[in-house]
Amino acid sequence: MSVTTLSSPTLIHRQPNWLVRLFDYKPFLVVMCLAPALGLLAVFLTYPLGLGIWLAFTDTTIGRKGVYVGLENFQYLLTDSLWWNAVFYSVVYTGIATFGKFALGFWLALLLNNHFPFKSLLRAIILLPWIVPTVLSALAFWWIYDPQFSIISYLLVDVLHWRTSNIDFLGSPWPARFSLIAANIWRGIPFVAISLLAGLQTISPSLYEAAMLDGASAWQRFRYITFPMMMPILAIVMTFSIIFTFTDFQLVYAITRGGPGNSTHLLATLAFQRGIAGGELGEGAAIAVSMIPFLVFATLFSYFGLARRKWQQGESND
Amino acid sequence: MTDTVAQASTVADAKAPPDTMAWDSGLRRLMMIYLPLGCFVLILLFPFHWMAITSFKPNAELMNYKEHNPFWITSPTLAHIKHLLFNTSYPHWLWTTMMVAIGSTTLSLIASTLAAYAIERLRFRGSPYVGLGIYLAYLVPPSILFIPLATVVVQFGLFDSPLALILVYPTFLVPFCTWLLIGYFKSIPYELEECALVDGATRLQILRRITLPLAVPGLISAGIFSFTLSWNEFIYALAFIQSGANKTVPVAILTELVTGDVYQWGALMAGSLLGSLPVAIFYSLFVDYYVSSLTGAVKE
Repeated sequence: MSVTTLSSPTLIHRQPNWLVRLFDYKPFLVVMCLAPALGLLAVFLTYPLGLGIWLAFTDTTIGRKGVYVGLENFQYLLTDSLWWNAVFYSVVYTGIATFGKFALGFWLALLLNNHFPFKSLLRAIILLPWIVPTVLSALAFWWIYDPQFSIISYLLVDVLHWRTSNIDFLGSPWPARFSLIAANIWRGIPFVAISLLAGLQTISPSLYEAAMLDGASAWQRFRYITFPMMMPILAIVMTFSIIFTFTDFQLVYAITRGGPGNSTHLLATLAFQRGIAGGELGEGAAIAVSMIPFLVFATLFSYFGLARRKWQQGESND
Repeated sequence: MTDTVAQASTVADAKAPPDTMAWDSGLRRLMMIYLPLGCFVLILLFPFHWMAITSFKPNAELMNYKEHNPFWITSPTLAHIKHLLFNTSYPHWLWTTMMVAIGSTTLSLIASTLAAYAIERLRFRGSPYVGLGIYLAYLVPPSILFIPLATVVVQFGLFDSPLALILVYPTFLVPFCTWLLIGYFKSIPYELEECALVDGATRLQILRRITLPLAVPGLISAGIFSFTLSWNEFIYALAFIQSGANKTVPVAILTELVTGDVYQWGALMAGSLLGSLPVAIFYSLFVDYYVSSLTGAVKE
C-alpha cells in the first residue's frame, strides 16, 4: 500500500535538489538524526555527571564558586555518623524492599499466569500503584500511618482488638524505617509482577508437559523449569529495581523527610538536605557521588545477566 | 473448617500422581489462586480507596472513628475539592504540569524516533555502541544528577522556569523511548524500505511514509509512557522550581498544601486524587500499550 503511494509521478520526476541530496547522504543523515538525542543527553546528562564528580572535590556552596579541595569532602563524610547512617539505611532499605518486592511480585505473577475470568481487567488494576505519581500515593501512606487516625491502628485496636494502643508508625526510628519499606514494596510489586508475567508467558508449555510426563511435582516444575527460565529477566528487572530503590528519594522525602532524628535518611535525601536545602553543593555532590560504586556494581550484574541469556539461547550478539 | 479441608486436599493431591490433573480441583483453586489474588488486589487498591474516601469526608467524620465507620462516608461533601480549586492555585499547578508533560513528551519523542531510526535502520559503523550508550544513560538515576543539574540550570538562566523541566526530563525519557522504538523498528520488515529505495524514495521519505506509520503503536506506547513519567517526576521539579505558581502538582501538594502542624488531610487527599486522575484516565484508555511498553522495554 505504502509502495503504491511512493510510485506516484511526483517522486519519479523529483528534481535533484541539493538539499534533498544532502539529506539523502547517509553520514549527514546519521549525524542529523542522532544530534537531538545525543545533544540533549550530552548537555543535561553527561555534562552534569562530570560536573557532579568535579563538584564533589570542591567546596562550592550556593552563590559562591568553590575551589578544589581534594578528598576533603569524602574524608569528612567518613567521619560523619549521619552519612554512615544513610548508607546503612540505604542498604537495609534496598535489601529488604527488593526481597519483598520480588518475593511478592513473583508470587503475584505466578497467580496472574493462571486462567480466570476478568484477567486483563485485573492486570490493569494491579498496575495502578505504579502509574499514580509516587508522591501522591506516599501522601496516602502518610495519612495511613498517622499516629492518631491511622486506619491500620483502628483496625487492630477497635475492630480486631489485637492491640490496646495505637501504633506509632513514624515516631521512632525502626517502625518508621519499616513503614517506609512497606510503602516501597507496595509501590514496587506491580512493576515486578507485570514484567515477570511477561517472562512467564514466554516459557513454552511443552516444557511443563514433558516434566509432568516425567512425574515432576509442582515444586520441581517451579524449581527446575520456571526459575531457571526466568533467571535472565529476573536479573534485568532486579538490576533496575535495585538501582531505583537505592537512589529512591520521593517516598522518604514525602513521608518522613529523613526523620525522626535523621534515622530514615537515604543517601539521596541526605544529599538533597545538604546540597540544595543546606546550600553545601560540594558536600551534597560528594554524597551523591558516593552512590556511584554501588550503581556500577548493579549495572555489571545486569550486563552479565544479559550475556548469560544470549549464551543460553545460542543467540548471536546483535 | 475450610482450612482443614483444603489442607487435606493438598495432602491428597501431593500424593496423587500429577498426571491426573487433580490439582485443578475447585476448592484447591480457590485457596491457592483466588484467595491470595484477592488479598493482593485488596492491599494494592486500599490506599486509593482511602485517598478517595478521605477527599469526600467532612472534617467531623475524618477525625471521629467512634461514631462513624471510617471505611465509608455517611455525608459526603465536596468542600475539600472546592477549597482546592478556588482557594489555592491548584488549577494553575495542573496546567503547568500538563504543559511540562506535553512539552517534554513531544521533545523526547522527536529526538528518540530520529535516534532509533538512525541506530536501527541507517546502520552506520558503531551504531550498536551508540545504542548501548543510550541504554546506559537510562541507568543513571536522577538522584545523583540533580545537584549538578541545578547549577547547570542556573547557568542557563532557567532556574524557576518550567522550561527547565521540559529540557531536563528528556534525559530519562529519551533513553527509554529510544530503546522501545528500536524494538519496534526491528519488527518492521526491511524489504518494505528496500522497495521504496528502489522506487527512488529518499531516506527521509521512507521514514515519514513507511517506517513511522508502521511504528504508530510503538510511538503511542512511548508517548503515553513519557507523559506518565514526566507527570510523576518529583526530584527535579522540587530542586529547580521555587515560586509557588510554577510548581508541578506533586511538588506543590507536598510543599504548598502541607502547612503548619495540623494537616488538612481532606484537602491533601483531594489534591492527591485529582493529581492522580489524569494519569489514571490516560492509563485506562491505553492499558494494553502500557503493558506492552513496560514488558517490551524489559524484554529488549
